[in-house]
Amino acid sequence: MSLDVTTDYEPVMGLEVHVELATATKLFCGCANEFGAEPNTHVCPVCLGLPGSLPVLNAQAVELVLRFAEAVNLHVPARSIFSRKNYFYPDMPKDYQISQYEEPITVDGWIEIDGTRIGIERAHLEEDTGKTMHVGGGGRIHEATSSLVDYNRAGVPLMEIVSRPDIRSAEQARAYVSELRAVLLAIGASDGKLEEGSMRVDANVSVRPRGSSELGVKVEIKNMNSLRSLGRAIDSEIERQIGALAAGERIVQETRHWNEADGRTHSMRSKEGSSDYRYFPEPDLVPIAPTDEMRERIRAAMPELPAARRERLVAEWGIGETDARVLVAAPGLAAYAEAAVLVLTDGTPRDVVNWCTGDVLAHLNESGLSPEVLPLAPDGLAELVGLVAGGALSRNQAKDVLDECLREPKRPKQVVEERGLAQVSDVGELGAVIDAIIAANPADADEYRNGDDKVRKKKRGFFMGEAMKATRGQGNPQLLTRLLDERLGNDS
Amino acid sequence: MTGTALELAAAVRAGDRSAVDVVEEYLAVVAAREPELHACNLVTGDSARAAAAALDAAVARGEDPGPLAGVPIVLKDNLCTRGVPTTCSSRILEGWCPPYTATVVERVVAAGAIPIAKTNLDEFAMGSSTENSAFGPTRNPRDPSRVPGGSSGGSAAAVAAGYAPLGLGSDTGGSIRQPAALCGVVGVKPTYGLVSRFGLVAFASSLDQIGPFAATVADAALLLDVIAGHDAADSTSISGVRERVLPVIDGGVDGLRVGIVEELTDAEGIQPEVVAAVETASRALEQAGATVDRVSIPSAVYGLSAYYLIAPAEASSNLARYDGVRYGLRVDGEDVATMNARTRGSGFGPEVKRRIMLGTYALSAGYYDAYYGQAQRVRTLIIRDFARAYEHFDVLLSPTSPTVAFELGAKTTDPLAMYLSDICTIPSNLAGHPAMSVPYGTGEGGLPIGVQVLAPALGEPVMFRTARVLERSVA
Repeated sequence: MSLDVTTDYEPVMGLEVHVELATATKLFCGCANEFGAEPNTHVCPVCLGLPGSLPVLNAQAVELVLRFAEAVNLHVPARSIFSRKNYFYPDMPKDYQISQYEEPITVDGWIEIDGTRIGIERAHLEEDTGKTMHVGGGGRIHEATSSLVDYNRAGVPLMEIVSRPDIRSAEQARAYVSELRAVLLAIGASDGKLEEGSMRVDANVSVRPRGSSELGVKVEIKNMNSLRSLGRAIDSEIERQIGALAAGERIVQETRHWNEADGRTHSMRSKEGSSDYRYFPEPDLVPIAPTDEMRERIRAAMPELPAARRERLVAEWGIGETDARVLVAAPGLAAYAEAAVLVLTDGTPRDVVNWCTGDVLAHLNESGLSPEVLPLAPDGLAELVGLVAGGALSRNQAKDVLDECLREPKRPKQVVEERGLAQVSDVGELGAVIDAIIAANPADADEYRNGDDKVRKKKRGFFMGEAMKATRGQGNPQLLTRLLDERLGNDS
Repeated sequence: MTGTALELAAAVRAGDRSAVDVVEEYLAVVAAREPELHACNLVTGDSARAAAAALDAAVARGEDPGPLAGVPIVLKDNLCTRGVPTTCSSRILEGWCPPYTATVVERVVAAGAIPIAKTNLDEFAMGSSTENSAFGPTRNPRDPSRVPGGSSGGSAAAVAAGYAPLGLGSDTGGSIRQPAALCGVVGVKPTYGLVSRFGLVAFASSLDQIGPFAATVADAALLLDVIAGHDAADSTSISGVRERVLPVIDGGVDGLRVGIVEELTDAEGIQPEVVAAVETASRALEQAGATVDRVSIPSAVYGLSAYYLIAPAEASSNLARYDGVRYGLRVDGEDVATMNARTRGSGFGPEVKRRIMLGTYALSAGYYDAYYGQAQRVRTLIIRDFARAYEHFDVLLSPTSPTVAFELGAKTTDPLAMYLSDICTIPSNLAGHPAMSVPYGTGEGGLPIGVQVLAPALGEPVMFRTARVLERSVA
């Protein structure tokens, strides 16, 4: 493929994002909505679809969707209905899925991504299916000897968020998903974990000649389990489609599976015939009709959204947009930083943010913990920042102290004491150390005094090394440099 | 027989009669007649005896077991009963024991009733003669060469034969009222949402409603008062306070405006004796102080066609779950789809398959609007036309069934002729309104005729008052 061809085509994408809502119970019954329990322990006649059972809508799920609607400018019609999507599948207990088709709970919203509005066609409620495990044949369905079904996930509430075809690049797609995730976390609607499947993204990808206003044939891409694979899959699919068009081929409307290993999308085995889901209004449920009081209560209780929070932190703390983005994107991290800043006695919010987006975030990612459960509470981090700012601890020492405080329930001061780490900043004490070193190395001192800049730099390094050795690394480096300059004269 | 449910419950509550004796008496009737009638899929004699003994003990301790104390009741076998097989008279559910009990069954048991049998029905309640049962037909106690009607033919026949004073059925297009008429008992389809459907195996969810069978109007009111009322487990159940029926059944019809529905009475295929019974009934109401007029509800004639699109459409979806994966019958195959197909192929009877195919077709892309969509528009028209009629009338009158009980096998090869059995009852289901059948004289072969009383939504009190006057006038 030549570069000319790439610039001659424009990718057009829309994303369908399925989000598992963080409700206490399932969408239509009282079973716990909990990930990772023993198979078939969170089941009842309703979510197993036993004959005679009936669904009852979970009000909390409705509330979470309405919160999302507030966050991304979705319109909430006075009335919406559920529909049945009919198809046979063993992990779907009723052999139909209760979903929304015509008249969804929210329509026509948008979210701003780096100054561009991405339209959201709708966000609706539906139930999740169970999970099938194929036994034998290496877990592949066509070689399996039997299959087992776990219905714990059957009936878990999902919100399906359908974007408009407003996305033009893999980077923008990633930013969109990342921002959705930040919003969902902020409003407490979901933990939004792509890796664990609580957030699942399907991408509809098409390309068209640049300048055209018609949409190309779209291809649906599935199986992307991280933001990284989402970006790679889209780039790979765009490249494939442009390559095909450039070669005079036609794009077939189909579903393709992203393969992380070979970095390509693959056509999925086509289903027998075209699917006809025979949607019709769910007669076992009544329409959803949110009251004005309910909408008002939700509006009043809306938390600060990620975009506003980033803006505020940049303005209040003087931090960069990138730091603000990292801080707000990580669940609970911004709140952690804000709590630390609130009790800060010495140092700046920037210092707090640097620790948070650096060592703290790295530890969170590595341990899988959330900030709320760290052994180091926000006021502990504020204490650490204070120790560095007050000169009691060097940055490198502080790194070690933080590392221990993130693992053990200890205050920074306690670790400093235990390790005897306190930085020496006593002018008299350090002056004596310098004097002793100069006295012990007169030749080096002379070389320094008579040398050019290059020599001086080299010798200063030598003296500093000796001084740190003498103070077991605890000498305040700024102070030592100043004292050394005073003793040896620094007129350069 | 040994008295009405009201009399029995009063005697048991007062300690004048033991529930154990009552149950034994009725079980003896079952034993005598069941071999001929086959009204039951399962007689639960042992659990009934145990429940009766426990109830007697409660009475002895001075407790009040409730308004149905010691009254035997039969349950249509599409009502879930924990630990007791619930088959819907289908091979596909044969042997399945639900792990939970239907709300209505819990309510009647809590009121002191004693379930003594699960009764036969047309498979999954699809039929008008109980001949579509996978376990063989039920016979009409008035003439065993005739059908009892359907689909709740087992419960109707059981109450008519004296197996129990009370029975529960379900009515999707007439499945309580038509067999009640054919067996000569009272049968009630309440307002949609008045009685919880939780635990009723669904046929067509927007039409299904559970209701009582009884020998008398008062007993039917007694049972309705026990089973009616909001249930949080059924989202379509009506909340709020509702008027009890039994205390008002003797309110009479003085000043009531009664309309005879022309389209449901003068239609082709309705036997002259049946039309005559409706006329006689209307005169009795007039004598009791009501004014009677004829009323036209033009859309009512389209009810049958709309029904046979909407009900199968919902059924095709409701019955999808019988796939061999989780419960009931499984016929193995080399893959899941084959197993599904073989299970359903051998588990469902021909009428169920016919309706699943009809419904699947009606919902298919490209046909939805012409069939299911059109049927829903007809349904809207019917609701509107009935609402207009009720601006001028308090209750409406029509035949329940176009004919008296027909011979076994008379309509089994002609589904359309069978479907016409429900022409008078279907509009109430489409509208969600209450309607009931009251025995009113006899027709061809001395077989019972039922007159149908229709009322607007939640009009059960006025409907029962009318039925009560009819019941007295016929005696």
